[in-house]
Amino acid sequence: MTELCDLSAAELAARIRNGEARAVDALDSALARVAAVDGRPGTLDPGDLTADDQAKVHAFITLTVERARAQAEAVDKKLAQGEIPGPLAGVPFTVKDIFVVEGTPSTASSRMLANFVAPYTATPVARMEAAGAVMLGKVNLDEFTYGSSNESSAFQPHPRNPWDTSRVVGGSSGGSAAAVAAGEGALSLGTDTAGSIRQPAAFCGVVGVKPTYGRVSRYGLIAFGSSLDCPGPLARDVTDAALMLNAIAGPDARDATAVTVPVPDYTAGIEDGVKGLRIGLSPDFFKLTYYNHESSEMEERPLPDDILAAVMQAADKLSDAGARIVENVPMPHTRYGIPAYFVISRVEAASNLHRFDGVKYGYRTADKVDDLRAMYRKTRGEAFGPQPKLRILMGMYVSAAQYSEQYYQQALKVRSLIRGDFDSVFDASGEHKLDALLTPTTPTTAFPIGDVYGDSVLMQYADQLTVTADHAGIPGLSLPGGLDAGGLPIGIQLLGPDFSEASLFRIARTYERETETAAWRSARPKVLG
Amino acid sequence: MADEKITPELFAHLVELAALELGPEEGEYIRKQLNNQLKAIEELVQVPLDPTTLPASHGVPYTPAISAELREDLHNPFPHPEAILKGAPKTEDGHFVVPDIPHEDLK
Repeated sequence: MTELCDLSAAELAARIRNGEARAVDALDSALARVAAVDGRPGTLDPGDLTADDQAKVHAFITLTVERARAQAEAVDKKLAQGEIPGPLAGVPFTVKDIFVVEGTPSTASSRMLANFVAPYTATPVARMEAAGAVMLGKVNLDEFTYGSSNESSAFQPHPRNPWDTSRVVGGSSGGSAAAVAAGEGALSLGTDTAGSIRQPAAFCGVVGVKPTYGRVSRYGLIAFGSSLDCPGPLARDVTDAALMLNAIAGPDARDATAVTVPVPDYTAGIEDGVKGLRIGLSPDFFKLTYYNHESSEMEERPLPDDILAAVMQAADKLSDAGARIVENVPMPHTRYGIPAYFVISRVEAASNLHRFDGVKYGYRTADKVDDLRAMYRKTRGEAFGPQPKLRILMGMYVSAAQYSEQYYQQALKVRSLIRGDFDSVFDASGEHKLDALLTPTTPTTAFPIGDVYGDSVLMQYADQLTVTADHAGIPGLSLPGGLDAGGLPIGIQLLGPDFSEASLFRIARTYERETETAAWRSARPKVLG
Repeated sequence: MADEKITPELFAHLVELAALELGPEEGEYIRKQLNNQLKAIEELVQVPLDPTTLPASHGVPYTPAISAELREDLHNPFPHPEAILKGAPKTEDGHFVVPDIPHEDLK
């Protein structure tokens, strides 16, 4: 019999509403799964990694069991009284520990905020709870979201991939993706700045959605790149992701960038198929760019065969279902996504990280210091890991008066060109008139732990196929598209014009339906036995 | 190395401006990574730009039709400031306490 924690959010919520299951049963099922697969949570002083540690997922930093039980009991009470407790009633979900939640540690996976207990709650979390979802706890990430593997977390052991625990989970919403894949909560709230929802979703075989910038409020999100950060859902299937976006999207008086565009019911047309939709394939997403340290040149490499095959097979399935596939769509500035991101995100990160100074919250050095400046230096030197330090220093360098024109202003102009690529192909009166682009999500499947970490250039290029959507602000969705020769999940990505999430869900759901009986669909993460 | 844009001297200046304190090994690792990143960033400098290309500070155009109205400029105090003060490393009588603030006499 399928355990409650392995049901989709939609199915679980329906059973709870119908009285076939209680919210506390769903909570207990998720907690039992956490106990079985997660191992010890991340801490600042983990000691040595044991063999048992290496076989576990380690998605969590903080489990909020008492809070979750009170929420689940409240859902059951409402139902007993005949009230309607919300569309996600009783569904356990996890929260990337970059969102503040009142009364819980909100660490950003950094020593800097290890002792920070938030005095208020982020809007997307509050909206999930208002929809009846039950927060299980806070999950791990790269420190301040700065990474693509979760290895940079100050809270170790860092998450490990449920499909193969010798592999990374991706990042930075790695704890979110791992928790969803392993049945430790049907849904998770993540953030995407260069691909931080979609890349780990691809690596862990789940669905991840970066909504249009402004679709979901950033209030209560500890900021990284303020013009890029997007909160969004991770889920095991497309319908669940749509249900979650229904709950968290919409304007918010506390975030001026949260737009007033009406929020449709993203599940309403999700089964309507793709007949008549135009879906593009771009050769610019089928080649990879890497920096060769020895030659100091950028070099091109082909996409791995099995990832390319997964995308082409998806195109065939969507074509069979009635979509028009448009080939050879030019996206010529795709290769500049990472270099521009190296500049823009660092400038924004440096600005956002100045607030961490040991005065108002978080860490302060225990050393005796003579004056305020020395306190700042020691506090920040001791509490930030290498990634925040790298980003602060690069951000200050490329925005300095004498370099700003050469780097920062240039990067912002290149961002215009990247946006222009998308505007052009989605233009309803243009040559291509696309409803969406179909691309691979990642250049590789989940790489081995330790293989890339330490090389900040190579790690950043893990986001080369996702980052342009963040520059442009458009929505992107990654969904499972098969397994590679080693049995690791492959992610395929759909990108669409601003506020086209409903179309992306429709296309993704069609692909999901068309591949329902594929052999790879029955494969499960190894940690589940 | 001759092609390093961020020399040890420039790096030390940046570290001071960033209010960081780094150990020698950590500093050298970070400086090397920064120089590697700059080599990737150099790609940007070669992108041909039309003089009319405007910088984009964000991707989605914020038209008045989709932007929230500005809030009224009202004083709206946080309901329980003690929760904020509780998170501070050091407080006294409702104030944040910091070490001496260095002074410099202007001439």
